[in-house]
Amino acid sequence: MRRFEKFSGIVAPLDRANVDTDQIIPKQFLKAVDRRGLAAGLFHDWRFKPDGLEVEGFVLNRPQWRNAAILVSRENFGCGSSREHAVWALEDFGFRAVIAVSFADIFRINCLRNGLLPIVLSPQEVQAIFDAVEIGDGYSLQVDLERQTVADRREWLARFEIDPYDKRRLLEGLDDVALTLSEEQAIAAYERSHPPPYPG
Amino acid sequence: MGATTLFEKLWQEHVVLERPGQPSLLYIDLHLVHEVTSPQAFAALRQALRPVRRPDRTFATLDHNVPTTERAAPIADAESARQVEMLRQNCGAFGVKLFDLGSPEQGIVHVIGPELGLTQPGMTVVCGDSHTSTHGALGALGFGIGTSEVEHVLATQCLWQHKPKTLELRLEGVAGAGVTAKDLILGVIGRIQVDGAVGYVIEYRGPAIAALSVEERMTVCNMSIEAGARAGIVAVDEKTVEYLRGRPYAPKNAAFERAAARWLRLRSDEGARFDRSLQFDVATFAPVVTWGTNPAMVAEVTATVPDPAAYAHPAQRRAVERALEYMALAPGTRIEDIRIDRVFIGSCTNSRLEDLKAAAAVVRGRRVAKGVRAMVVPGSQLVKRQAEELGLDRIFSAAGFEWRESGCSMCLGMNPDILASGERCASTSNRNFEGRQGRGGRTHLVSPVMAAAAALAGRFVDVRQWLKPGDWEELRAAPKARPGSVLQ
Ligand code: SF4
Repeated sequence: MRRFEKFSGIVAPLDRANVDTDQIIPKQFLKAVDRRGLAAGLFHDWRFKPDGLEVEGFVLNRPQWRNAAILVSRENFGCGSSREHAVWALEDFGFRAVIAVSFADIFRINCLRNGLLPIVLSPQEVQAIFDAVEIGDGYSLQVDLERQTVADRREWLARFEIDPYDKRRLLEGLDDVALTLSEEQAIAAYERSHPPPYPG
Repeated sequence: MGATTLFEKLWQEHVVLERPGQPSLLYIDLHLVHEVTSPQAFAALRQALRPVRRPDRTFATLDHNVPTTERAAPIADAESARQVEMLRQNCGAFGVKLFDLGSPEQGIVHVIGPELGLTQPGMTVVCGDSHTSTHGALGALGFGIGTSEVEHVLATQCLWQHKPKTLELRLEGVAGAGVTAKDLILGVIGRIQVDGAVGYVIEYRGPAIAALSVEERMTVCNMSIEAGARAGIVAVDEKTVEYLRGRPYAPKNAAFERAAARWLRLRSDEGARFDRSLQFDVATFAPVVTWGTNPAMVAEVTATVPDPAAYAHPAQRRAVERALEYMALAPGTRIEDIRIDRVFIGSCTNSRLEDLKAAAAVVRGRRVAKGVRAMVVPGSQLVKRQAEELGLDRIFSAAGFEWRESGCSMCLGMNPDILASGERCASTSNRNFEGRQGRGGRTHLVSPVMAAAAALAGRFVDVRQWLKPGDWEELRAAPKARPGSVLQ
């Protein structure tokens, strides 16, 4: 995983609660065997008509949000299926953070494993972002993980919480598997005291 | 330590490492793998030249992508065929047991885990699939993971996990005739909403849970994720033990008796404290049908489709409006007036033998309504064979249902079983999200008996009116029907 660095990005608004992973990336894109190239499937059925033409008015089809790097949504973003393809598709499109009132657990964990930052803000703060996006073209926010803040170019700033361990992993871009394998002694000791359940 | 919850016991037993300020390193007893969420994980192992740490604790099946027609024919869709082929190669190269398409043990991952005895009480079970919560019905801690975590478990047999909170969900009272386990869990989700249990592991408790069979408990635990829960668990009792006796991967003879004694201790202690508690009286529950695009959008079969105007909160009103638009339903429509085009009996929620028996009991001697296409897709090859021994296939076929090979089928439409745009389906699966069963398809979630009745009537009907006095008790009391006699 690459290190997560401070960045500024345009904010795209997706004003819905309970956005499920079936919408973020529909099933036909799960046949991929690679992590890359999934941007084409992102929000596919909301972005494209059955004939393949763009759905006019869908947020990611609007010129000012085609290069968005931050998605803002409401409650329970990413509910449903465990498909990590949802995270890969958001990243492949160019998103580096998602701001929401709350996230579904598996989706949030998948984000953290890939360096897509899930930021939880209060309903009022999220509303403030939606309001700001409404007013100005190309409203952007700066995300600073080290200081745990999102801020715009004016005065507005919000703090977010993140587990200290998850934060360090993201900032240092640590390889989870390598980290765990360095705990070999503890794992082997556990296995010695817990015999396998299935007869050979 | 004082009185502890079942969850706490399962968790403590699997902690490999605990350090302040870090998530815990948990040991995983059983890792189930399928073709869709594993290719990238195996590819990463290859790239890092890492082996699968415990192939003896890793089992794979083909379920999501596979056609449910004749097994002998090659898979027509090139991408599906490639994923299937890739899982075969990966299992071969890494020494993982695969229940391949020709195998008598093939089936949906959450159906075969319990039925083969791979899932046992007290275990941690993971799979790159959110419905891994199903396995909690056996007193195991089962939860879904993403592909990065699949890779992590393959390489280390462990996972870093933050400890979830505990939610006690007590179901009191006695459910009425025709009110199935599916109606209980849909009823619960309708009451607590799709994010009602985010961050929690639910322990289902109370007399109405104790009264359920193990397969019915699987239906309940399966849909825990639809309320956002990390997992759903049920304490072990004699039914759990009897369910596991004689299963191929379960311990045998004296070892089984020793294991059973251990398993029976897997319950929350008297007085154990949960982070949150909820309680419902199931006597107030009825057969339900979902009308919208998430599993909490649910109504009793005798009720009507809601009116967005009745919702005070603007965001809620908009969500209901959008759902009704997608579902092409007018506010105030009686659920029983909704006509259907398709019926799907299957999926990891409702494709086990008891589900098929219950549906067959309703179907027996009747015909699928004109213009309705209905299919039954057993959850596994074992379920299919058992059902055929009981003659259920003949009951379904005679009524005009298609009798299929095992797989996920129309639950998610990654395979040829798919809804056409605009088609309306009564489905025993677990998700009614937009496009879940095919782009533009309209999914109504119901129990197997409600799906069967809908197939016969061509619209939703209250299955309670189709049951003669005594039918239901008999249906539920007979876990092993005699061949040829489903209801009598
Ligand atoms: S049956 Fe449906 S929910 Fe269950 S594992 Fe298959 S696709 Fe997932």
